[in-house]
Amino acid sequence: MSKSSNARKGEASFSSDGTRRGQGANDALPRDSVLVSLSRLEASEHDRRTFLKLASVPCLTACVGSCMAGWPSLAQGAGSTAAEDSRFIVEAQFYEKLPFKKIRCKLCPRECVIDDRERGYCGVRENRGGSYYTLVHSRVCAAHIDPIEKKPLFHFSPGSLAFSVATAGCNVNCKFCQNWDISQSRPEQVRNTYLPPKDLASVARQNHCPAIAYTYSEPVVFYEYMRDAAEAGHALGIKSVVVSGGFIQQEPLKKLCQSVDAIKVDLKAFSEKYYKEVVNGELKPVLEAIVTMRKLGMWAELVYLVVPTLNDSEAEFRALAQWIKSNLGAEVPLHFSRFYPQYLLNNLPPTPMETLERAKAIADAEGLYYVYLGNTPGNAAENTYCPKCRRIVVERIGFTVKEMHLRKGKCEYCQQPIAGVWQ
Amino acid sequence: MRQRLEPNRRAFLKTCAAGAMLVGGTHGLRAFLTAREKTKVVFARDLQLRGAGSSLDSGRLLKMLDRAMQALYATDSPLEAWKKVAKPGEVVGLKVNGLAGRGISTSVLLVEVVCARLQDAGIPQKDIVIWDRLNADLERSGFRVATYQDHVRCFGNETLGYEEDLAIYGSVGSCLAKTLTQVCDAVINLPVLKDHGIAGVTMALKNMFGAIHNPNKYHLNVGDPYVADANMLPPIRQKVRLHICDATTAQYEGGPSYMPQWTWPCNSLLVSRDPVALDFVGWQMLEQKRAEKGMKSLRALGRAPDYIATAADANHRLGTNDPSQIEKAEV
Repeated sequence: MSKSSNARKGEASFSSDGTRRGQGANDALPRDSVLVSLSRLEASEHDRRTFLKLASVPCLTACVGSCMAGWPSLAQGAGSTAAEDSRFIVEAQFYEKLPFKKIRCKLCPRECVIDDRERGYCGVRENRGGSYYTLVHSRVCAAHIDPIEKKPLFHFSPGSLAFSVATAGCNVNCKFCQNWDISQSRPEQVRNTYLPPKDLASVARQNHCPAIAYTYSEPVVFYEYMRDAAEAGHALGIKSVVVSGGFIQQEPLKKLCQSVDAIKVDLKAFSEKYYKEVVNGELKPVLEAIVTMRKLGMWAELVYLVVPTLNDSEAEFRALAQWIKSNLGAEVPLHFSRFYPQYLLNNLPPTPMETLERAKAIADAEGLYYVYLGNTPGNAAENTYCPKCRRIVVERIGFTVKEMHLRKGKCEYCQQPIAGVWQ
Repeated sequence: MRQRLEPNRRAFLKTCAAGAMLVGGTHGLRAFLTAREKTKVVFARDLQLRGAGSSLDSGRLLKMLDRAMQALYATDSPLEAWKKVAKPGEVVGLKVNGLAGRGISTSVLLVEVVCARLQDAGIPQKDIVIWDRLNADLERSGFRVATYQDHVRCFGNETLGYEEDLAIYGSVGSCLAKTLTQVCDAVINLPVLKDHGIAGVTMALKNMFGAIHNPNKYHLNVGDPYVADANMLPPIRQKVRLHICDATTAQYEGGPSYMPQWTWPCNSLLVSRDPVALDFVGWQMLEQKRAEKGMKSLRALGRAPDYIATAADANHRLGTNDPSQIEKAEV
């Protein structure tokens, strides 16, 4: 079979070796991220719980280690037995039963109508005899310790770590997806480890991660697990942050906002055309979701991946910035992120720096307070500037916080409040 | 003069055909054949296929298949026809459709008679592989999962997994089942004739969704253009040689799940080398049955399978959906 790394529409070809160019991109699966430190998992008590914790460690280690070596691999994804599967299967919280054992999923705006034995668009929810089930509860296919800045969340506990997990599946299919090998797969096609909510919270705490991040794929599709894990985390003082496309219905979103502490939304463009053609989703419900998050007091940051020729017009940048300012507020951080060729968009070049700088200039001019450039290590636009005195209040190099000049959420130079969650 | 000229003209056309093949490869050949002769869809039917009972008669099924194969390949014996499908030394995959379990899946009996004829044609048991998406689907539709090296093998995609590389065509980017890419030299596609609540109908083209890892992503817009694009992925396009659509029982509504109230004993097979033509003919059969039952057409319901037309367009050329170019041979 022939291979080509530049697959153009209309040409049959195979991708390159699957390595992720643009490594270090916002919440790409890391190849060399911080390892879960086994030494930190030392148990103080030799009881059943200790045994279980220790037993879970090799699973997690295997998972993390494999990720670093390029795992998960579809080719190695062979089969869970039925007995193993039953641990991951929990009835879905949002669906409607229809005649003839069909169901309508009410979790995301797609509202898949699904026959018996079939799955929804996400590939991780299945109709079994007229009832609907998630197949990915506690079924973790990726686990890493990341800086919170990698999500990116720049105004939420800067300099802290997030224990980051994902399951297989996604409710959209972005042509630029950098984690397509898990997001566009079914759970049985990737390697998984069983990590129930309490264990996840426990492992996060033992690794000194003040937050759990649900990320890499699309947390909406593992909604039940995410909520259960967030509650387990809160019981141990661990916060939860969500990295999502925001393609979710209002009702589940409102309940989710009761369970988590911050959401980063990938607002992939500001046009329905792009959402239809590149994302396989819809813009309108995403915008409605973001507005709801803000109304409910959820801390939210937005990322806009700038893809050359597809969503990089000045008019779109301006319309986006104006919408944010008038619907969400000028203090909502906006990250313009650099695109690297991935997945089905291998035919486009990386985003030119001039385009990113133009985007930032437009958003700044429209009055947004915190506009960042992402996937551009070392750029001055990674820093947080006080909107009043314009001095640096959080200085960053890549995902590392170098200096902070904040006191109780205020600029230490001029006392201007800086929006965010700083504790 | 006319009699003398005719062979010359024929010779000229043959020369052109050879040139077209050399220049255009299989696409050129397909285009040439499409222009030159009609594509054949054999509709084989036996009203006594079930005798007085409800189960299929294996002897009559074999005879019906033989008639279909002889008509399709214009041969005097079924053996000659099967020898044109695959050669000894090749591994032949039988891609069945077991999604709906017993009732409206590829019949085990049909697969057995196909296996018998392949063996008659010199394909040993060890070189025959029955496959589908999942072991569970195979088992629920009556097959026994088996991986013996010296017998007919039968397993789902999870047994060998999927390629790591992405195969891309148009709107589709998928990892292909290793059963297709690494095991099979040739594939005989054995779909069923049935309605599909999202994709309109599911027959030859749609059945190849069982060869990709992410079919759930490609049911949008009634499967158009995804079904056509998936069939353009090189291993599918190059290896699938024959389509035998199991219409012994067909379903005109409520698919892909088995809904017995909407099935009928069609007692037929649709056989073709052209998946587009086969799907087009099958679609018309389902529409006819829907009309008989007073149901709205798939077009009126917003789920007409336009991916069939897309598969025939200039970008795909997987076959023809032009009725004037389809010869429906009834045997």
